[in-house]
Amino acid sequence: MTEKKPNPLDINGPNFNPNMYLDKIFKEYSLKQILDHENEVVKDTQTLHSDMQTLVYENYNKFISATDTIKKMKNDFKKMETEMDLLASNMASITSFSDQINDTLHDTRQKINKLSGVHALLQKLQFLFKLPTTLKSRMEEKNYIQATQDYLHAQRVLHQYGDMPSFQGIKTDCESILTELKAELRKQFCNTNASAKELTESVDLLLKLNEPAKELCTEFLSCAEKRLAEQLVMLKDQSEQRDIIEFVDLGCSGFLSDLCLIVASFHDMFINRVHMEHLENSDIFENFAAVELDSFVKDNMKKYFELVQNKVDSEQDVGDTSILVQALDRFYKRIESNTLCKDIDFANVASEIVINAGRKQCKAHLQILKMHFADSLTKIRQTLTTPKLITQEETSKNLNELLNSLVITVVEKVKGVLQDLVVFLQPDVNFANKPQFKDSFCIDNVREGLIVCFLHHLTATARSFCAKGASDPKVPPTLLLLLSKFCIDFQNGNVHFLLSQTDELFDIDSKQNSALTNEGEINNSMQESAQELLNYFVRIQGLNCSQMLRKSVETRDWLHTIEPRTVRAVMKRVVDDISAIDSTVAQLYEDQGNNGTEHSSDSSRKAHSVSLPRHQYRSNWSNYAPNPLDSALVSNMHRLFSERVDIFSSVQFNKVSIMTGIIKISLKTFMECVRLKTFSKYGLQQIQVDTHYLQLYLWRFVSDENLVHFLLDEILGSAAHRCLEPVLMEPSVVDIICERG
Amino acid sequence: MDNENCVIYGLEFQARALTPQLAETEKIGFLIGTQSLKQTNNQIHLIEFNEEISTLKTSVFHHSEGEIWKITSSPTDPLKIATCYNALTGENGCMMKSAILKLPESENHDTIENLEIVTKFDFSTLGTDIKTTEFHPNETSTAASLTDTHLVLWDISESEGRAVSNIALEGKNNPKFTNGKWNPHQNCNQFSTATETHIKTYDIRSGELAWNIDNAHCQYIRDMDYNMNKLYHLATCGDDGFLKIWDYRQPSLPIFSRSDHSHWIWCVRFNPFHDQLILTASSDARVLLSSAASVSSENISETLITEDREGLDSKQTLKDGPLQWCEHEDSVYCVEWSPAEPWIFASLSYDGRLLISHVKKSLKYQILL
Repeated sequence: MTEKKPNPLDINGPNFNPNMYLDKIFKEYSLKQILDHENEVVKDTQTLHSDMQTLVYENYNKFISATDTIKKMKNDFKKMETEMDLLASNMASITSFSDQINDTLHDTRQKINKLSGVHALLQKLQFLFKLPTTLKSRMEEKNYIQATQDYLHAQRVLHQYGDMPSFQGIKTDCESILTELKAELRKQFCNTNASAKELTESVDLLLKLNEPAKELCTEFLSCAEKRLAEQLVMLKDQSEQRDIIEFVDLGCSGFLSDLCLIVASFHDMFINRVHMEHLENSDIFENFAAVELDSFVKDNMKKYFELVQNKVDSEQDVGDTSILVQALDRFYKRIESNTLCKDIDFANVASEIVINAGRKQCKAHLQILKMHFADSLTKIRQTLTTPKLITQEETSKNLNELLNSLVITVVEKVKGVLQDLVVFLQPDVNFANKPQFKDSFCIDNVREGLIVCFLHHLTATARSFCAKGASDPKVPPTLLLLLSKFCIDFQNGNVHFLLSQTDELFDIDSKQNSALTNEGEINNSMQESAQELLNYFVRIQGLNCSQMLRKSVETRDWLHTIEPRTVRAVMKRVVDDISAIDSTVAQLYEDQGNNGTEHSSDSSRKAHSVSLPRHQYRSNWSNYAPNPLDSALVSNMHRLFSERVDIFSSVQFNKVSIMTGIIKISLKTFMECVRLKTFSKYGLQQIQVDTHYLQLYLWRFVSDENLVHFLLDEILGSAAHRCLEPVLMEPSVVDIICERG
Repeated sequence: MDNENCVIYGLEFQARALTPQLAETEKIGFLIGTQSLKQTNNQIHLIEFNEEISTLKTSVFHHSEGEIWKITSSPTDPLKIATCYNALTGENGCMMKSAILKLPESENHDTIENLEIVTKFDFSTLGTDIKTTEFHPNETSTAASLTDTHLVLWDISESEGRAVSNIALEGKNNPKFTNGKWNPHQNCNQFSTATETHIKTYDIRSGELAWNIDNAHCQYIRDMDYNMNKLYHLATCGDDGFLKIWDYRQPSLPIFSRSDHSHWIWCVRFNPFHDQLILTASSDARVLLSSAASVSSENISETLITEDREGLDSKQTLKDGPLQWCEHEDSVYCVEWSPAEPWIFASLSYDGRLLISHVKKSLKYQILL
């Protein structure tokens, strides 16, 4: 409000109050200031005045012209008024004329309307008349969709007026064409070249043409079946030529996608559609269709699975695991991703196939491992039996090398197999994470079925070499020795290594699962086999030496023999053989004798054999000569105080024990043979020389040399018993003979 | 082992010939022949065992003809025995002979008699080493001798044995017979022999090979014995330490096989009454009594499979394998069951010690009940 309130002091404002202004000036200003201000105001007033004068001068002319113009306008308006009156009268006359014309044209227009109505009707009729031909031409063009649409257009009319004679012809024509059309469509059903999409189209059309759905559905399925059967046949044909990945791809892209398409279109056409349309018994039909579809899918999948199974089976004989796994993975993924059928989980069946494949693969690998093991055994056998032209040194190296290479190849081979099988468990493989597969594959197939089974096979093979009665006499004894060491090596670590490797790779918790074969069990059987083999080795080698000794005793006429001059060649042979066996055994088994140091050098052996043992046996022998009964007593006494000697007993895993076993068997045979003979004096002396020779050379192989003494004593004692004239040779002569060689 | 179960009889000579008195069914009698190269020292001991008071009655006879390698007794006449012996000839020679001897009927404790030789055999052309002379199981006038090369059938009704027929062993590398025995079945018309690792059985009527088991053992076969109660069953033993029982209709595989000894087995005997009991003697100085129940004639499970199993299990508890053993000090070459008493057997070791042993009572009851 204050703003709008005019300031009475503003000299330029409209509300200027000169008195107030003056009052204010008088009050506020000094005299000089007032005088100045007066001058100023006077000056301003003068300028304003002059300004006003100029303005008036300038605008005077404009006022005069304006007045002139207004005068002119007044005249013009008067003229216009008359002209407007004229226009109004003219318009009135025009209106009356137009009314007149309208009246005259009314009749004609009505006629035209009627005529155009008739024309439309005629056009429709023409469509009807032309319908058969259109349909025909559509048929010829194979434009069935259009044809159906056309027919459906006309259907109602035909239905309504079909009774009228003029339309009857058309109707029958249409119907005949229609049946033709239907036939054509059904033919397409059976047309093998038609794609599933085309099929769907046909069915769709047929349904639109009100064909019975049930019939259609069975027909559709039977046709689909035919097509799938062809696919299957094709697959089957291909299965032999193609590799498995191609095969699976082919199956997926061909058979499975077709099947999917069929199922999907079936759903669209029969099952889902039912809801929308007004078919009676729709529920019943729906059930029927679903059941039909289910059984159809089931049948076909079964066939397909069979095919796949066969292919997978055949593939496993030759195939590469990674390819197999890849193929199986694709197959499984494909099956798993499709839910073809509500009731049946095909993924289960698929995983069954996969599990089967896994099992088969394991079995195949087991077979391969077995074969490989058998092969390497045969190879080793060959190397062992081929006559050796190489020196002792080299053979020693060879045997150890053979063993090592056998162990290494077996272990490597198993490792390779494990690596190969691990492909089944790769993280990107779909089925690998299914517990159903994993359990059965890792535990039952790989661990138990493959590794444990193979280890058992090893022991079984090893044992088969010393199977009672049925053993092959041609098995080189060295092989037995090698195998026994092989078993020991396995027991000492390789079994553990392989099992833990398996557990690790296949993620098996062997400690938790008590059903698993544990390591100890296998180690035990390894140990047992090693023992069995070693015992058998000892028996075989003992037998070989025994055989020589036996022949040498049996074939000689001990009653008519000459005074001994030399050690019999057989004894040298036996000692040679035993030395050879000793060096062979030494390559694989450690000495471990108590008096190993004494055995080490040649010189000590000599010294030893000369000094201590001779006293001992000489004292025994000297008793035989005068009185056999006394000697029997001595030997009985000996027996009382010495431990029982088990001849065919188990040996330990060291060289000395093995050699002791062999020597025991040989000497016992020697004794039993001697007991069956009768000797003359010289015969007995020959035996004396022979046993002394053996004494000299055999003690170093055994742990307890008294055992050799004892056995040799018994031989000589038995011979003395069986001697007609028991007179022994001078020990010094015996020494000389033996030392001469 | 429980030696309180045994009665020991020691001889002063080494011995490897033992036979039971087969025809004696009242008394438990065993005969031993000694082996000494001092000809006149050789003896035959008749040992009669009285089970009730556990005592022995012995009669000793001289056998000065030579050291005895094998002794057999007649299954029909308790007094007749046959020996195979090694007789010394002059100048350091010796010769195997065989004869049938007769034990005196009356006992004479004052002197040691020489046995009367009933029948002598002449082997001049039939081989040098006589392995055994075996009486025919039922015909008193027939015996068979086995030499290293021939099987000879004798008519022994007279004092000089008449060779009825002989069968020569044929084969490569001069094979030799090692032991032989009559087949007590098949009307006693077959004689089985062991030659090295094979069993050959001849039909004595035709002299043809009736059947054979090749490579029955992988080393020498030392002895064989027929199961008296089960046709076709034959036990063999040998240097491989195995005891095997064969059904000789299937010579490819033994029906029973064990190796429980730790050296050669020299002798095998079926118990004549309870044939699941088998004795084996071995040079590991042990005698083993083993069970072969699974192949015995008393194997019930075979005959009565459909019967109530509960009842069977209590009876069929005898497992195959060793049941009982006797320890000797030296190799045992002979072991024999007593024909008079099914639970008693004798074993003879080379050092001249005879052990007469009982089957353990517990076993006996297990078998009987």
